[in-house]
Amino acid sequence: MKAKPGVPSILKTAFVNALIALVLFSLMVGIRTEAGASGQLTYWTRFGELASLVAAVFGGSIVIELLRQWIGPSGAEKLVPPAVKSGMSFIGRYVAPALLIFTLLVPVIFYNQRYILDLAILVLTYVMLGWGLNVVVGLAGLLDLGYVAFYAVGAYSYALLATNFGWSFWVCLPLAGILAAFWGVLLGFPVLRLRGDYLAIVTLAFGEIIRLVIINWQELTGGPNGVSGIPRPSFFGIPLDNSDDGLAAWLHIEYSTTHRIVFLFYLILALALLTNWATIRLRRLPIGRAWEALREDEVACRALGINTTTTKLTAFATGAMFGGFAGAFFATRQGFISPESFTFQESALVLAIVVLGGMGSQLGVALAALTMIGGFELFRSLETYRMLVFGMAMVLIMIWRPRGLIGHRAPTVYLTKAQAISSDLVKEGHG
Amino acid sequence: MDYFTQQLINGLVLGSIYGLIAIGYTMVYGIVGMINFAHGDVFMIGGFIALITFLILISLGLTAIPLILLVVLLVSMAITALYGWTIERIAYRPLRHSFRLAPMLSAIGMSFVLTNYSQVAQGARVKPIPPVITGGYTLHESADGFVIQLSNIQIIVVITTIVLLAIFTWLVSRTRLGRDMRACEQDQTMAALLGVDVDRTISMTFVIGAALAAVAGLMYLLYYGLVDFFMGFVAGIKAFTAAVLGGIGSLPGAMLGGLAIGLIETLWSAYFSVEYKDVAAFSILIVVLIFMPTGLLGRPEVEKV
Repeated sequence: MKAKPGVPSILKTAFVNALIALVLFSLMVGIRTEAGASGQLTYWTRFGELASLVAAVFGGSIVIELLRQWIGPSGAEKLVPPAVKSGMSFIGRYVAPALLIFTLLVPVIFYNQRYILDLAILVLTYVMLGWGLNVVVGLAGLLDLGYVAFYAVGAYSYALLATNFGWSFWVCLPLAGILAAFWGVLLGFPVLRLRGDYLAIVTLAFGEIIRLVIINWQELTGGPNGVSGIPRPSFFGIPLDNSDDGLAAWLHIEYSTTHRIVFLFYLILALALLTNWATIRLRRLPIGRAWEALREDEVACRALGINTTTTKLTAFATGAMFGGFAGAFFATRQGFISPESFTFQESALVLAIVVLGGMGSQLGVALAALTMIGGFELFRSLETYRMLVFGMAMVLIMIWRPRGLIGHRAPTVYLTKAQAISSDLVKEGHG
Repeated sequence: MDYFTQQLINGLVLGSIYGLIAIGYTMVYGIVGMINFAHGDVFMIGGFIALITFLILISLGLTAIPLILLVVLLVSMAITALYGWTIERIAYRPLRHSFRLAPMLSAIGMSFVLTNYSQVAQGARVKPIPPVITGGYTLHESADGFVIQLSNIQIIVVITTIVLLAIFTWLVSRTRLGRDMRACEQDQTMAALLGVDVDRTISMTFVIGAALAAVAGLMYLLYYGLVDFFMGFVAGIKAFTAAVLGGIGSLPGAMLGGLAIGLIETLWSAYFSVEYKDVAAFSILIVVLIFMPTGLLGRPEVEKV
């Protein structure tokens, strides 16, 4: 046991950190450049901001050092009393149903608050994306940095089919899923031999290629201008508008624009629950077990005679299909799509949701999506700082809880009694 | 033919810049086994610091361009190197024994931090500077009036790259630090047992990689005359492609890969379409990773159970 550092040593650390911060920020923050009217660059100084930043680093280091002393060395096993543990598991059992019931009631409770309904739809879209990506990353253990490509394929499939041929949403939805799954297989085939980091980079490149093609193939996709005038979804053929054969007239109730929002809400909720249900069912099938086995150890999988090729391909295709569904929903909700919605940042955001959720935990992913998108909303007024905070959060989460919020794995198959394994014990990603 | 030669020159210059960035990727991957996703953004930071230093020196009334460039080079290398060191210290070192995907995700987060930090601190608009180094040589003038130009800045970029590569090769093959690096690359535990300070060696790797990225940033600034906060992303992926193409972990490979990517990109833009040049670069990355994941000069990875 190392002796606790005293006040001088803490001050010294803080001073060194502040000095480093001073050098780091000196030019980037202390000097601000901007192109003037004639294109000539000018600059002005911002020493006040620089000083406050350095002071913040100084204060922050002292706080961190003190916290470190109080909490003790990182990585130490924290002893949780059994009573608390059983209480936690009691709560854990009822969190998911309670959340589901609450979600079902959201349009009833917040019927008149358009903003909350819109936000809830956004959160649910990301929950669905997270659950879709969870199949690839959480279950099969394949790091996919280009998931947004399938989202884009789904969105553009629906947008183009609907605007060019006038097909209905309900015909296009399965088609969007199938097309996205097809692209998933197309990507899956070549990357089967890759693992870990290389796989991540190839999927990233794939996502960027799709985006660049969408931008440049102007005749088909409208390029950077995007596709507009995408038809709104209908209630199985009955339009949700103010016309005589609209749903409101059909039900003999007064028309309100909120009907469509509520309908969209239940639509994405149904799609998300479909994703969740399919994932849970698949996990009980041999293919789902093969995915999880593949995640834990690929070499052992091959030794046991599992066909890793088809296993990976189905994971990619399944994940991509759900991404495609979500994309079609996104297109019909927005009514307008452009390549700007499908940047790498979106992929990273969905991936961050899955990782924060604990890679494989359905409930964790839902909670993480709620936290992330809710957090993003809180920072909406600070538009430029949002991604900065997001990046910092990603680094901090990795340092603090690399296994995510729910880092325990309940095995899908067990002999007599299900026993949750701390995911620290499994060697993930080594295969 | 003349057109081709001109494109060849342009491609070599672009390739030199990619090669300098690629060295940072390849070294870090060789030693720590992770893709330093934030390295492209370190290159961007290097460009910004060079730009700001340059502006200050000009406004101080200095006129001797070689002196200014030397100071800019040194300042930019020093500060960017400190960025590299800090990033490793904050975002990667605590995760060294975590599961394999953790450093990668942390690096993606770090990349966002750097991009947006730069946007917040310096604004989103492109920062142009007037041409610093002008003039050049006309190598050949054909009958139909097409001129092959070799500008001074192109010469400077290529020469700087060659000199740095030479220094660097010497550093890795002849010095104590280089020996430590190679030892850590082979077996960190064993190296630590034999008295190599692994933490320090890894830190130094990041410092050197960042310093080279700063040089690339300065070269980019001088060659294209502008920097912006988003230039690190695409340049980073292309440099990573270069590192993989050359065989990740191999220094001459990174340079070779950089030149190859630069040439392919330039020739593609010249003969096919400018719009799809990034698609071409990304496709090469995919094709290389699939068909020869060890690259041109790399060693095959041994699969251990």
